[in-house]
Amino acid sequence: MSATLTQQPLSHLDWLEAEAIHIMREVAGQCANPVLLFSGGKDSICMLRIAEKAFRPGKFPFPLMHIDTGHNYQEVVAFRDKRAAELGERLIVRSVEDSMKRGTVVLKHEGESRNKHQSVTLLEAIEEFGFDCCIGGARRDEEKARAKERIMSFRDEFGQWDPKNQRPELWNLYNARAHKGENIRAFPISNWTEMDVWQYIEREKLELPSIYFAHQRPVVIRGGAIVPVNVPLVSGELTNLPKAGEAIVELQVRFRTVGDISCTAPVESDADTVEKIVVETATTTITERGATRLDDQTSEASMEQRKKEGYF
Amino acid sequence: MTTHIEDHGLLRFLTCGSVDDGKSTLIGRLLYDTKAILADTLSAIEKTSQKRGLGAVDLSLLTDGLQAEREQGITIDVAYRYFSTGTRKYIIADAPGHEQYTRNMVTAASTANLAIILVDARKGVLTQTKRHSTLAHLVGIPHLLVAINKMDLVDYDQAVYEKIKADYLEFAARQGIEDVRFIPLSALNGDMVVERGEALAWYDGPTLIQILEAAPAAHTEHAEPFRFPVQYVCRPQDSANPELHDYRGFMGQVESGAIAVGDAVTVLPSGLSTTVKAVQLGGRDIGSAITEQSVTLLLADEIDVSRGDMIVKTDEAPTPVKQISATVCWLAETPMDRARTYLIRHTTREVKAKLAAIDHRLDVNTQEKLPAEKLAMNDIAQVQFKLAHPLFADPYKANRSTGAFIIIDESNNNTVGAGMIL
Repeated sequence: MSATLTQQPLSHLDWLEAEAIHIMREVAGQCANPVLLFSGGKDSICMLRIAEKAFRPGKFPFPLMHIDTGHNYQEVVAFRDKRAAELGERLIVRSVEDSMKRGTVVLKHEGESRNKHQSVTLLEAIEEFGFDCCIGGARRDEEKARAKERIMSFRDEFGQWDPKNQRPELWNLYNARAHKGENIRAFPISNWTEMDVWQYIEREKLELPSIYFAHQRPVVIRGGAIVPVNVPLVSGELTNLPKAGEAIVELQVRFRTVGDISCTAPVESDADTVEKIVVETATTTITERGATRLDDQTSEASMEQRKKEGYF
Repeated sequence: MTTHIEDHGLLRFLTCGSVDDGKSTLIGRLLYDTKAILADTLSAIEKTSQKRGLGAVDLSLLTDGLQAEREQGITIDVAYRYFSTGTRKYIIADAPGHEQYTRNMVTAASTANLAIILVDARKGVLTQTKRHSTLAHLVGIPHLLVAINKMDLVDYDQAVYEKIKADYLEFAARQGIEDVRFIPLSALNGDMVVERGEALAWYDGPTLIQILEAAPAAHTEHAEPFRFPVQYVCRPQDSANPELHDYRGFMGQVESGAIAVGDAVTVLPSGLSTTVKAVQLGGRDIGSAITEQSVTLLLADEIDVSRGDMIVKTDEAPTPVKQISATVCWLAETPMDRARTYLIRHTTREVKAKLAAIDHRLDVNTQEKLPAEKLAMNDIAQVQFKLAHPLFADPYKANRSTGAFIIIDESNNNTVGAGMIL
């Protein structure tokens, strides 16, 4: 028996990448009709690169899907469409505004963040296409409730996550089995941190929407947060109008996370290259969501609550 | 400016102990002293510490995850935490300590290469310490580190440390636990965690973080045979590129060993042999691959290969087995039903299985082997399974990837058991 010699360990990025590829292939091998959620954000951009490494020269064994709140940055929407076209993969877009028209999403008031309502539209799309697994770019370091979520996370017929009744997950033996109507959420980059994501983007030379880099933007300071104002939607209409009496200032900012315009705030930054962002990430003193997600600050348990309701 | 830092890869480790041992405080201390905790998180726990009337910032609040856990002040489920020293990335599996959470500890241990076993210096080696050590050893964690914590509460007395160390070594020898190290520390004050501090001058060993930095990564210590379970087969027939019409790529992760173009391989279960024509990643040739790499293999001859098959080197093929003897941890609330058929997932292969015999149950508190008729949640037992189809397995002791399996209940698709092949 000629066992092979011992080896040097993989670098941490190679290890994370190999794990993520393994998870995506398990989804492809175990699920009949999966879909990969792609928003145009940095995490899902990494996911596309992982999918390329996992499945090329073949096509992806799943389409891409974006749940569009209708309040997304133009740059990100344009990037989303461009990237899907470059890859030659099918992109499905389903819109929260369609759910509003159907009456399944009702906003409490005009300006309410549509972010949490994505759950409804997502569940509707899952039913429409009969998806048995949604692959997402969520990471455990993002938020407390996520730290306890499985890599293959089971959701019942109502899309609900039950944190106290999760399937045990051992070794790299993932159980993505589900009955009809039930659903698996798979998170290939669960074990990545924000820093890992930026280092991977740097190493792989991944292209990003321009708003991730430092740029001039009109903002107001509201409750201590930097709030972008007069943001043009895809339609050209302006959203996030300043309130009466608010003073608009031009600041040099960049976004650390990109989501619905109403709930993502930028940070002040001079970092206009990936290299500078890696350095800035290494020395930052504020967490990713703490700085920039206005929706997570509502209550300490707000992510857990939204996930129980079917949120990603 | 580019950012090139030395990269010692990644280490997964487990922390076990109960709330009282200061486990959460230790994790909080590691994250805090390696600067993995950012200002807003710190200010949130400062607020909570004040609300609960605590004087100093309670670092253990960092690891409170779910609402139910916060309400009860205990950890129920395994949580994963991350930090990096710049040269190495760490994944901590934080497992709850109580007996009724044996299954969670087994879960957390399954991916760890090192376990930190916390002992309260005032209490010494307890039943719980032995249970945690037994489980960590059983799940094959190669390196155990006994952290004797709360040294500040015993006046940093070396005699206390030496006594606990001697007690533990006596227990370890009986259990056949060989690779074990000891460290005195105070997670609360930070002594010997990342900083040495002043109080433990009599201890001249490495700090906790130095031990972690030097700990061997998985798969680096022993030579292992090549094992490549096939996850997915890539056949891009509809491609516009005629070169791809005959492309057959077998996709998977190298679970152990290494492979290179030209190596002689055998596909199981067919037993057909050929050689490796190409090793690819993302459709590009990379020539060879080592353990833990996810790659695509192309073979020289056209052989029918599908998901659940395993590609091995011809001269180190495992023997297919239709009956296995294994240590099983039962994970489900419903006890195992001897009359039923279960599904065993081993690498990418699924086979139907029936329980043939329960040899004995292990009392994890006393380490005694007891006769058993049934398996209930958190039970650990040595059992025999009859399989509908063969598995290509190695003993778990020799190979944690191809020696492990999970048991699935097909009626609800739950993962109900974890097994390690003897």
